[in-house]
Amino acid sequence: MQYLEFEKPLAEIEGKAEELRAMARANPETNVEKEAAALDKKAADMLGTLYKSLSPWQKCQVARHPDRPHCKDYIEALLTDWTPLAGDRNFADDQAVMGGIGRLDDRPVVVIGQEKGHDTQSRIERNFGMARPEGYRKAIRLMEMADRFSMPVVTLVDTPGAYPGKGAEERGQSEAIARSTEMCLKIGVPLVSVIIGEGGSGGAVAFATANRVAMLEHSVYSVISPEGCASILWKDAEKMREAAEALRLTADDLKQLGVIDRIVKEPKGGAQRDRTATIEAVGREVRDMVEKLSGLSRDEIVRERRKKFLNMGSKGLAA
Amino acid sequence: MNWISNYVRPRINSLFSRREVPENLWTKCPECGTMLFHRELADNLNVCTNCDHHMGISPRDRFRLLFDGGIFTDVPVPQPTTDPLHFRDQKRYPDRLKAAQKATGEAEAMLVAEGEISRTPIVAAAQDFSFMGGSMGMYVGNAIIAAAERAVALKRPLILFSAAGGARMQEGILSLMQMPRTTVAVDMVKEAGLPYIVVLTHPTTGGVTASYAMLGDVHIAEPNALICFAGPRVIEQTIREKLPEGFQRAEYLLDHGMLDRVTHRRDLKEELVRITRLLMGLPPAIAGDLPKPEEPEPLAPAEPAEAAPPKADAAE
Ligand SMILES: [Zn+2]
Repeated sequence: MQYLEFEKPLAEIEGKAEELRAMARANPETNVEKEAAALDKKAADMLGTLYKSLSPWQKCQVARHPDRPHCKDYIEALLTDWTPLAGDRNFADDQAVMGGIGRLDDRPVVVIGQEKGHDTQSRIERNFGMARPEGYRKAIRLMEMADRFSMPVVTLVDTPGAYPGKGAEERGQSEAIARSTEMCLKIGVPLVSVIIGEGGSGGAVAFATANRVAMLEHSVYSVISPEGCASILWKDAEKMREAAEALRLTADDLKQLGVIDRIVKEPKGGAQRDRTATIEAVGREVRDMVEKLSGLSRDEIVRERRKKFLNMGSKGLAA
Repeated sequence: MNWISNYVRPRINSLFSRREVPENLWTKCPECGTMLFHRELADNLNVCTNCDHHMGISPRDRFRLLFDGGIFTDVPVPQPTTDPLHFRDQKRYPDRLKAAQKATGEAEAMLVAEGEISRTPIVAAAQDFSFMGGSMGMYVGNAIIAAAERAVALKRPLILFSAAGGARMQEGILSLMQMPRTTVAVDMVKEAGLPYIVVLTHPTTGGVTASYAMLGDVHIAEPNALICFAGPRVIEQTIREKLPEGFQRAEYLLDHGMLDRVTHRRDLKEELVRITRLLMGLPPAIAGDLPKPEEPEPLAPAEPAEAAPPKADAAE
């Protein structure tokens, strides 16, 4: 388990408990269990307290934790008959975006999401979850297919943002994102989205313009990264804590603003401490969202999605 | 002869000077450094007379140049909640808004109007880069929705002039939500069978480019306009190399298939008229179909037709 910066005090206590037990293993006659158990209790309490009142900046760190379940983990655990489909039929297959068809229980679905990778090699292959135009065009193609075959679409959002690269710009990053958002709004099948980690700006919207958007408790969704915002508005990238605060990028704030519909509780200490429970919780939420939309006609689905976004922003946050 | 030189010029001069402080009679071209006298610059539609650099132009000035006789009607835009997030950086967001309102004399970063261009009825929306970098927040979203609804109600084409540094960060996620919101709006126009034409002006970047600015039936850009998703500085930091000359400029985007046309500001009106009339199935506009000048010269019988505009009701 990789500790985050704000978890250092916790790391110390857990380290001490571990040390005691290691000592006891070396000296069988010493009895440290009572002391170690007290430390365990202290650590558990601290973990609970820490995660009950995470600051927005701390949530950004949790949302980016490398051990959090990623798109691939959800797909592997939740779907059967998973069949990845590749390519934008134009230029390339973007590995930052996973897409394909599979079954959620018995129901055939299309799943699309950004995948960040889990080790150095896969992170590079996946471009850290930052899609290029081909990724959005793959998504567009798969959404069109879902529409043709009346399959609900599930999108899993986890990206620092669209890739700011030379080739990406040359090949129309803006146009690809715009078209992907447009396709989200057009399809006559239920589109449900879960922000599982980072919902980074336009790169996230292109997938998350959905009938229902759920968000993991400690994930974040923002127009700009706190670091980027700080360097522009504060002229100092080190002011990311203030920026994270001001941007209102947490699940609670976004629910109050009507931007997301549901919050999925994370296990104590965050998704990274119990991946299985997190994946199961997301699975329940996705099934429920899809189920509740499945009675609607194609027209109703399109109309309600459009209406939702047209009306968005009618409520601000309480003072 | 250019219609602007014989008809609109005296009015434009007064308009441009209204916005510029009297002491500030000279503007330095940011591209070539030439000092330009404000009157000369205004006469040239805010285009540098030395290097053709297209400088910013306020939506109101643009509309006065675009619409016949400089006449147009503002389309009302519903006022959104001000400062929904209670955002504060080094300044309070409402203070930044007030300062921008004072500096521009406008309510927000987008102006919507209806009127006629060469007797072709249109709805137009123009983004104001001088208002907080033209940034897209709730108001800009509302403006585009209002423009789209008006275009659909009047069965007119929508022409949108984009100019923005991107999203209005002070509205956080709600500024991001303008990407889908404005997409719904422009799709309403398209689904009504009406043309949606985007004129991308310098600069059009970020979430604006990645939504309504890239969804037009026709994309026209002003010369050398910076048009991008990620800005050149961000890209240079990411890939750690210098970008080539002209990267992400209008001509470059034209080469890469993202635009239909790159058009000089002085030719823009004629082009927009021609394109909208073609797409709307209207006959060609009649040249010079402008309202009569305030003090028309008596028509000499032998004078060629374009010297004085014919009667305005000649079209359609
Ligand atoms: Zn110049």
